[in-house]
Amino acid sequence: MRSTAITHWKKVMPRVAVALLLLLLAGCFSNDEQWHAKDISSLMPDLQFDLIGSNGQAVNAEDLSGEVRLVFFGFTHCPDVCPTTMVQLKQAIEQMPNELQKDVRIVFVSVDPKRDTPEQLASYESFFGDRVRALTGEEPQLRELAKRYRTTFGYGTPDENGHYDVSHSSAVYVFDQRGKARLLIRDGLPTAEIREDLITLATQAPG
Amino acid sequence: MFSLEILLPYDFSPLTVIFFITVLGLYVTALRLMPADERPGALRIFTFLLGLGICYAVMQTVFDYYSQYMFFVHRGQHLILHHLGPFLMALANPLPIIRFWNRQIPERVRPSLAPFGWIYRAFQQPFIAAFLFVGLIYFWLWPSIHFDAMLSRDLYWIMNWSMLLDGMLFWWLIFDPRSPARSDAVGYGKRMLMLALVALPQMFLGAWIVFNRGMVYDVYEVCGRAWPMSPETDQLIGGFITWVPSAMMSILGILIILRRAMHEDSKLTGKRDWKPQESHQ
Repeated sequence: MRSTAITHWKKVMPRVAVALLLLLLAGCFSNDEQWHAKDISSLMPDLQFDLIGSNGQAVNAEDLSGEVRLVFFGFTHCPDVCPTTMVQLKQAIEQMPNELQKDVRIVFVSVDPKRDTPEQLASYESFFGDRVRALTGEEPQLRELAKRYRTTFGYGTPDENGHYDVSHSSAVYVFDQRGKARLLIRDGLPTAEIREDLITLATQAPG
Repeated sequence: MFSLEILLPYDFSPLTVIFFITVLGLYVTALRLMPADERPGALRIFTFLLGLGICYAVMQTVFDYYSQYMFFVHRGQHLILHHLGPFLMALANPLPIIRFWNRQIPERVRPSLAPFGWIYRAFQQPFIAAFLFVGLIYFWLWPSIHFDAMLSRDLYWIMNWSMLLDGMLFWWLIFDPRSPARSDAVGYGKRMLMLALVALPQMFLGAWIVFNRGMVYDVYEVCGRAWPMSPETDQLIGGFITWVPSAMMSILGILIILRRAMHEDSKLTGKRDWKPQESHQ
């Protein structure tokens, strides 16, 4: 019995070693030239959340399926990063062919539920146009969602007027029509490149 | 304010908890069942449990949260998983415990375990072991791979586990308590050479991170930091942790081996400290 086990393993081992090596090499030279943004399709889980919309109603990921979703964590009192990113995403969408624009949705997730009431979110939505959904939730729900996408947020100490800073991710997570994680748009990616990626995603059969 | 919550895992991993409980269980059970004259002393038991404990702590407490969102804490986590924790565990010489459990393996399942022995011996070939030790540090700190590893939960766990397992293999090879004169353990000279060889590339990498003017690891920018700290400071401290303490551990290792070699040399003709390795095959 011992000798058969050994000969079996001796036969199998080189094959296993070669397979592992090939797998490793495939990882090194995989082609990700197609996108300007970072391809995260094999890295992150599908879109999933249970949050509250600007009308105070519960919203989950399925409610928005069928659209390419650009998920962004922020807060409406954010002085710089959030408005800049929102404007850039809005421009990228507006520069897309008309018929594709309705297939893309910006999902703004406020991680500051204390100040971002549904009313506040509603005015934020109307400010940035009809391609935006602004959502928030209880802090544990938001923590869970942030953790799912390997990010975090934190609150600074309030000043005498009660204003405080909120640290959050600067990236935009892009999910396709079926909720599969596809791209990560980092700070500094030109609007034209974002637009190209969004066109590719919107015209592609959902993966 | 101290709260018990900081002792709870940020990202609960059942497999990790099971592993640590199993190792702890095997260690304690062997201690209770083994003959008293083989049992390690209190200091050795403490050292082993300390090494095991700090590895658990950086993987399954709030420490892991900070490791995911601060570069320098992440470097501290790997310093413990790859260096300090396994260093202490190997230094505590758990050989009697391993031998105790080895004796419990029934004769008839031994042949089917043989492949594990081959894999183990291949990994413990000194050149391969040293290459793996440094190679893994470079692999996971390769900027694009590091970026992916911090974004993907699976890769993150593979990274931490590979560091821990490789750390255990490497330091066990270095602190193998069997005398090279009386067993097939690696010679003391070779062990010291390995320690010196692995220190150099780590120092180089650490210094490169410290003196790099750009942001090498921008994933922490993308994912948000656990608290507001300037990215440059974070990277600087992280680089130092990669550079200085890991090189110091090599030096400490060399001193320990040197002391052991001299000690053994002086009483080579005296009484036997370590039994020669029994052949199990």
